[in-house]
Amino acid sequence: MIKINQIHKSYITGQNSLHVLKGIDLEIEAGEMISIMGASGSGKSTLLNILGILDSYDSGEYSLDGLKINRLSERKAARLRNKMLGFVFQSFNLVSFKNAMENVALPLYYQDVPRKKRNLIAMEYLERMGLTEWAHHLPNELSGGQKQRVAIARALIGKPKVILADEPTGALDSVTSSEVMDILQEVNATGITVIIVTHEHDIAMRTRKTIRITDGNITEIIIN
Amino acid sequence: MFDLDRWQEIYHVLKKNKLRTFLTAFGVFWGIFMLVIMLGSGNGLQRGVTQNFGDMATNSVFIWTQQTTIPFKGFPRGRRYNFDNDDVTAISHAIPEIKYLALRLQAGGYRQTNSVIRGLKSGIFNIMGDYPAYNNIDPLNFINGRFINDLDIKNKRKVAVVGTRVVDILFTKDENPISQYIQIQGVYFQVVGIFSSKRTGEQADQENQNIYIPFTTLQQTFNYGNAVGFFSITSQDDIPVSVVEEKAIRLLKKRHSVAPEDDAAVGHFNLKKEFDKMQGLFFGIRLLVWIVGTGTLLAGVIGVSNIMLVVVRERTKEIGIQRALGATPWKVISQIIMESVVLTTFAGYFGLVAGVALLELINLLLGSSGANTEMFVNPGIDFSVAVTALAILVFSGVLAGMIPARRAVSVKPIDALRFE
Repeated sequence: MIKINQIHKSYITGQNSLHVLKGIDLEIEAGEMISIMGASGSGKSTLLNILGILDSYDSGEYSLDGLKINRLSERKAARLRNKMLGFVFQSFNLVSFKNAMENVALPLYYQDVPRKKRNLIAMEYLERMGLTEWAHHLPNELSGGQKQRVAIARALIGKPKVILADEPTGALDSVTSSEVMDILQEVNATGITVIIVTHEHDIAMRTRKTIRITDGNITEIIIN
Repeated sequence: MFDLDRWQEIYHVLKKNKLRTFLTAFGVFWGIFMLVIMLGSGNGLQRGVTQNFGDMATNSVFIWTQQTTIPFKGFPRGRRYNFDNDDVTAISHAIPEIKYLALRLQAGGYRQTNSVIRGLKSGIFNIMGDYPAYNNIDPLNFINGRFINDLDIKNKRKVAVVGTRVVDILFTKDENPISQYIQIQGVYFQVVGIFSSKRTGEQADQENQNIYIPFTTLQQTFNYGNAVGFFSITSQDDIPVSVVEEKAIRLLKKRHSVAPEDDAAVGHFNLKKEFDKMQGLFFGIRLLVWIVGTGTLLAGVIGVSNIMLVVVRERTKEIGIQRALGATPWKVISQIIMESVVLTTFAGYFGLVAGVALLELINLLLGSSGANTEMFVNPGIDFSVAVTALAILVFSGVLAGMIPARRAVSVKPIDALRFE
């Protein structure tokens, strides 16, 4: 599903250049559930952003589902993100003025699905998350766990091949964290590839494979 | 296609900081408001001043005699002379470019008045001897009856056409003046027409005190021989009146033994020239109004652009989320431009309405106050100008949104997402 080859990435700030990724090779099969661990500044988030086509890389090769991803126009990148990828963030990143249902329906809005139809589909996904009663609440009326479940529903609605989660439990207590991980495992069980960036060991333990990154290099691959 | 989500977002953005939205909108509102008020006032001034011309044919020239200033053909300088009836035939034969030729003679001389009596009532009025064509050059508003006609001229009938003021003074309210007789310098004339002036203010009051009688009747009845007071000449539609003016003056000088270079001997007034001067002035005023108006409007639009930049910056993260979820750059750009257009158009529309409303109010007050509004009549703007202004607004809304919109999609999605 995902194949990366000798990916390099540097950030240039003024005179200094910070080499963040130093030649990463990684292959992820369809349907895998993987966690990426590492200290802050190790480059794990940068790797996830490159995988999510939110950031560019300097050299190397990246192919997603057989498609070469290199210097795409922002329009093409947007289409790919919309169709292939689903994002789950630490800070949930829900749109504040849209209710839960509208937030979930957002990816379909960008596919120009008619409003009635996409809201109906959004309701189905909310039901799967057990949030039917909360469909018409704004994000600031929801708890952290509820928000993250809305975010996961939103990530799933476009029927993506890969879910990318950046510290999905970072802002949640341990009970809710466990619930969110349950959901992500269920998602993975339907055949969707799940990649989670985390620095929590027990979260990583619930994935099948953990990749440890240190100073821009993959140092360890652990099968859990 | 109506896109509810789009409008929801616009509403949210504009509502988020109400005071800021209001102040920004006020900039545009004020711009278009001022433009409308200034254009409307300019139109009012122009209408006021041009109405002073009445319905006068602008391609007309008036020619009268003055004292000669150069001795010529044995005549001394300082000679007085008169145009006469033979000049009329000569001019109309020699100059085919003439459309209307009318003569006028005033009883008692230029700007002299005469007493007019009817029964026990009397008044002092201007008595003019006229040709039918004069009503084509400087038309009157006929309330009742008619102007002088060719038969009046031919038969030297004793008929009179009187102004409304004359009627007010010589007749009681319930009387019909038509067919009644009035006595001008002891001679009875039958009233055949009543008019009111097409001018405004003082000039109208003046004209409404006039009495017109046939030119030939005046000459004979009051002993003017074949003297002519002045000529009014209108040129054919496609010929400049200055051509006719020049030809007529040259011919008249020759016929009355006036030196060709004696410009002071023949008085003349070219209405077209005055009218053009006035038109130039109004063009200048309009130009100034547009420059100042669009300048004010531009300031408002720049304000909108500025605020949109701030809004885009504030919403960087939100736009980042939308882009991560698959919003294409076009979707983002069109959203921001739309917000800007909605803001400018909405504010501008209110400015337009408020401006027109104020002009209407002024109109109403001017009408009911009965003030002397000679110089300021019916201020207002044309519908087409209003439509143009709205089009400018929409266009400038697009322009104002352009820079912020480009800024919104110029950052990488990840930088937008990380923005705090």
